[in-house]
Amino acid sequence: MKVALTLRINGEARDVIAPVHKTLLEVLREDLGLTGTKHGCELGECGTCTVLVDGTPVLSCLTLPVEVQDREITTIEGLARGGELHPLQVAFTELGAAQCGYCTPGMLLAAKALLDRNPAPAREDVSAWLAGNLCRCTGYLKILEAVELAAARARGDAPQPTGDGGPPAARVPQRSGGAS
Amino acid sequence: MLRLPPFTYLAPRTLEQAVGQIGEAGPEGMLVAGGTDLYPNMKRRQFEPKVLVGLRGIRDLGRISGTPAQGLAIGACATLAQVASHPAVAEGYRALALAAGAVSTPPLRNMGTLGGNLCLDTRCNYYNQTYHWRKSIGFCMKKDGDICLVAPGSPRCWALSSTDAAPAAIALGARVRLVGAGGERVVSAADLYRDDGMRYLSKAPDEILVDVILPPADGWRSTYWKLRRRGSFDFPILGVAVALRSGPGGVIEDARIVLGAVASRPVVATRAAGLVMGQRLTADLIGRVAQAASEPAKPLDNADLTIGYRKRMARVYVERALRELAGLPYDGAPGGAR
Ligand SMILES: Cc1cc2nc3c(=O)[nH]c(=O)nc-3n(C[C@H](O)[C@H](O)[C@H](O)COP(=O)(O)OP(=O)(O)OC[C@H]3O[C@@H](n4cnc5c(N)ncnc54)[C@H](O)[C@@H]3O)c2cc1C
Ligand code: SF4
Ligand code: FES
Ligand code: FES
Repeated sequence: MKVALTLRINGEARDVIAPVHKTLLEVLREDLGLTGTKHGCELGECGTCTVLVDGTPVLSCLTLPVEVQDREITTIEGLARGGELHPLQVAFTELGAAQCGYCTPGMLLAAKALLDRNPAPAREDVSAWLAGNLCRCTGYLKILEAVELAAARARGDAPQPTGDGGPPAARVPQRSGGAS
Repeated sequence: MLRLPPFTYLAPRTLEQAVGQIGEAGPEGMLVAGGTDLYPNMKRRQFEPKVLVGLRGIRDLGRISGTPAQGLAIGACATLAQVASHPAVAEGYRALALAAGAVSTPPLRNMGTLGGNLCLDTRCNYYNQTYHWRKSIGFCMKKDGDICLVAPGSPRCWALSSTDAAPAAIALGARVRLVGAGGERVVSAADLYRDDGMRYLSKAPDEILVDVILPPADGWRSTYWKLRRRGSFDFPILGVAVALRSGPGGVIEDARIVLGAVASRPVVATRAAGLVMGQRLTADLIGRVAQAASEPAKPLDNADLTIGYRKRMARVYVERALRELAGLPYDGAPGGAR
């Protein structure tokens, strides 16, 4: 059964004709050329395929496009604004929070959803919120620090990046609790 | 790639339409809500329905209404994230909030529903595998084969009830409303389950779970404890839900203790709960109750970690849950934390 759908992706209406049993992950990557969304376990067990639907993180490997037709879908391609990186992307780059980069799109989108809800998350809040995104390089500490740095900058609690390729930005002091 | 098998997708707007569509589809049809249990299973070819009837477009199924004083009705398509964070659930039905919040991961809780969780397929290390994996070991009777690979002489399947919400719902005295072509009926959450890893639900395949009805919460306190290897992602290998109603002077007037992931259905520890009736909770009594509650737990080698450990932890987790409710010091933490 093929269906003609209009999906709202990163603020644009995209028309697609695809079999109804193709997952959102498959349609994004194979029909729409949006390969920023990564394809990992395909079974809900890793989180790398995370996208936002109306601002909420969901797994595109277990979502059918037909189920999210009238909703606003955000993929990693929609995070930067007109060539300007999102503050989370800047912080991830500066602090080395992306190693191989495979988990990074999912991490960034999940983190964006967190900061949209809670501009001042404690370390435990960040790690609980990102508990559905596995990093096979296990660079979790840098990821948590980068999310905290982006949040602190958005609040005006940390200096903005210099952009001159100078020394990496200082880490934000931990707000509470320990690493996990 | 693990792709879904082909199917036709129907998106009814009303419950009546859904009942008609799933009835018409017959054995070829299946219901789907969040899809977080069904889609992985379909990708591994545990199920290949020709027709899917998607419930998430039916607005009424997503509602949570009522108060702890009157009782609460939670629509089957409320997501686990909604259930876990709803103030009335947290206030009156803490075990359910803890259980919903301990399921899998944050994005899965944004997708998975309470109804889907209660109807979750039973699990087994030999079953939750890809088609090729299962084929390479000759299949088992739950799907495509004819023997049980865990207990080869057994005439039945021992796959585990692995829903976090069911033990909590049963401990809280919940009932579920089912609607099918034959009309509507309300059954206790405990009666939704059968002790059979293959036919694990007592409802007909075309009956739709519409809502979960929780009785007034006055005087009840409850908790849920979950054992798993990691603090996220993992299904329970043991769930313990305890609900207590105490009267004047802390005397226990009613008690329910329910274990999850120790059998093909949630296990209600009736004898153990009986031991606390009319008593005050002391450390000594709690030790005896925990021992009695863990007796029905007979783990088989079909889930994570070892049988002996899981059996021992049944006693330990019932003890911790009761100590928590009694205000005594305890190790660990309720819910899915580690
Ligand atoms: C990586 C991973 C980890 C997980 N961990 C856990 C865990 O720790 N604990 C846990 O309990 N679950 C876990 N799950 C399973 C699942 O995510 C949840 O149980 C979820 O609540 C299922 O709900 P759903 O709406 O997605 O169900 P679906 O997949 O839509 O449906 C599940 C089953 O219920 C039936 N069904 C759904 N809704 C209804 C209804 N209203 N009436 C009648 N039948 C219905 C479907 O036909 C299907 O058979 C996990 C899943 C994954 C992929
Ligand atoms: S308990 Fe036996 S029959 Fe059931 S799924 Fe496991 S191996 Fe198969
Ligand atoms: S690819 Fe979707 S969770 Fe792993
Ligand atoms: S950076 Fe490699 S998986 Fe996370």
